[in-house]
Amino acid sequence: MSETRYSAIRELTLWRVREFLREPEAVFWVFAFPVLLSFALGIAFKSRGPEAVRVAVVPGPDAVVVAAMIESDSSVVAVLVDSITANNQLRTGRVAMVIIPTDPIVLRFDSTREESHLARLVVANALQRVSGRRDAIDLREQRVTEVGSRYIDFLIPGLLGMNIMGTGMWGIGFAVVKARSGKLLKRFLASPMSKSQYLLAHILARLVFLALEVGSVLLFAVLVFDVPVRGSLVGLSLIVVLGAMAFSGLGLLVASRSRTVEGVSGLMNLVMVPMWIFSGVFFSSANFPDAIQPFIRALPLTALNDALRAVMIDGEPLARTAGLLAVVTAWGVGSFVLALRLFRWR
Amino acid sequence: MAANDLTTNGSGPAVRCRGLVKRYNDVVAVNGLDVEVGRGDCFGLLGPNGAGKTTTIEILQGLLPPDEGSVELLGLTWQRNERELRQRLGTQLQETKLPDKLSVLETITLFRSFYDKGVPVAEVLAKVGLQEKSAAWVSKLSGGQRQRLAVACALVCDPDILFLDEPTTGLDPQSRHQLWDIIQDFRARGGTVVLTTHYMEEAERLCDRVAIVDHGKVIAQGSPSQLIASLGAEHVVDFALEEGAAALPEPALLALPGVTGVHTDAGKTRLTVTRAHEAMPALMTLLRDRNAALTELTTHRATLEDVFISLTGRHLRDE
Repeated sequence: MSETRYSAIRELTLWRVREFLREPEAVFWVFAFPVLLSFALGIAFKSRGPEAVRVAVVPGPDAVVVAAMIESDSSVVAVLVDSITANNQLRTGRVAMVIIPTDPIVLRFDSTREESHLARLVVANALQRVSGRRDAIDLREQRVTEVGSRYIDFLIPGLLGMNIMGTGMWGIGFAVVKARSGKLLKRFLASPMSKSQYLLAHILARLVFLALEVGSVLLFAVLVFDVPVRGSLVGLSLIVVLGAMAFSGLGLLVASRSRTVEGVSGLMNLVMVPMWIFSGVFFSSANFPDAIQPFIRALPLTALNDALRAVMIDGEPLARTAGLLAVVTAWGVGSFVLALRLFRWR
Repeated sequence: MAANDLTTNGSGPAVRCRGLVKRYNDVVAVNGLDVEVGRGDCFGLLGPNGAGKTTTIEILQGLLPPDEGSVELLGLTWQRNERELRQRLGTQLQETKLPDKLSVLETITLFRSFYDKGVPVAEVLAKVGLQEKSAAWVSKLSGGQRQRLAVACALVCDPDILFLDEPTTGLDPQSRHQLWDIIQDFRARGGTVVLTTHYMEEAERLCDRVAIVDHGKVIAQGSPSQLIASLGAEHVVDFALEEGAAALPEPALLALPGVTGVHTDAGKTRLTVTRAHEAMPALMTLLRDRNAALTELTTHRATLEDVFISLTGRHLRDE
């Protein structure tokens, strides 16, 4: 009888892959959710240009004429309303300014409000220009809405980083704690299976899905929002793999002792929530005070996001991200080594 | 590969442990326990919940280090021969939750892959009678089928010793018999079995030798028939009298022909009896003379349960 060759690594990896694919909910959260999220945020923050300034013109002999003069500038909308309504709207911010069409024309506005200030400039300019004022010097405008500097271009690398962190930590952390609480780890311990085979299989299974989960978001962003990938794809892949390894290690560390899924959930949040906030997923981490910048820069997700943005959006060569990748790698190696020491098999 | 290296047959019995002690904080779970199991034997650790059976079997399997004492399996020790021992032992632990979303076949294959040598997966599947469930997910199996799968995962390495921790607890009678058949089949091929149970019937049916464990100690050891014989009686008679009736004096009962022991507990009297056909008529006569009416009378062949009761004054299971 020919003996089939069995490989523990292969079987353990297949187990992880099957367990994941046979859980439709997990598949949704890992693959569909990030795409939906980037779609929703991409739409919500689509660049629209500045809104038109709304001003009110109260009744008077020249009201219609004045309104028409003001609207000669396309960035202003003038509405004709009675003075009580106009003052109400000015107070509540519905209009930025009230114009009383007497001679001289009176501009009523709150000078402490930014949009009123803008209205004052735009309205005065429109009235003067229509009335025949000539520009003293020539100005030339050059308008810029460049691909790569929009919000969606900032967002996509951040979402990728957040996704790599989330699936790495949850995927490994939950599986380990479930196996421990179900005493499956103890059963494995009674067999000759080596601990490194078990841990390696988790990481291999992670890599199988990584390509798919990063690929789907990236492809979507490129096709739907025209997000650029300026640096090399090889470099980008390397960053993604390093990031995934690092967060697998961190997931393993977080799950190294918990016996219950509830317990590990709390720990996961403790580790991940600060990074969602500080690591520049949805908005730049530069917004936080200088005093805490060193802390923010030391976080693995900050380094991963910065590296992803540098290569993807700024088209930097991989070598320029070496410092960031060193931070990511240090976290991965450190947490992996610590996890192996702390790991509880029963 | 080096499959032959793994079949080195050290001298000595399948299991030998001496003076095992295991403490959990202040609680002494195992308190100086000695066990010896011959090769090819089926050995049962019998005792109530909390007696230290599981702790003992986990120490034997190298899952827990003992605080004191020594363990030797197949002439090998955990300190020096862990790798080899792991290859040669089959294990079923209590409450193992096998992966829900793997099929029966995938689960057995997973466990097969951990061992250098073993039985083809299809063969194990047939042995435990799960061929038809081969493609079913573990989550879809009944309790009995899950337990047979757990035993299949233990048998797939063609072990020298099979450790089973309460293999039939919570199963219906039919599933229990199916598992007994699987265990007897393994023994018929020369395998050694060490199991824990709190079912007397299971121990009497499967085991050549039994150690009765209580409070972390072996309080009696021998074949089931030897242990039962140690009661000095083959039968047990239980009876209770009407409320208000005066209890029968112990000497009067002991004087009846064939009665070797009397034990009274909560209004019930238990007699151990050698010759039931002589003792019963004599008991009836005694009751009639004293005008005492029975409310309950049962008689059965003595079992290991009776041995446990006579040794500890307690039942094996709280019922």
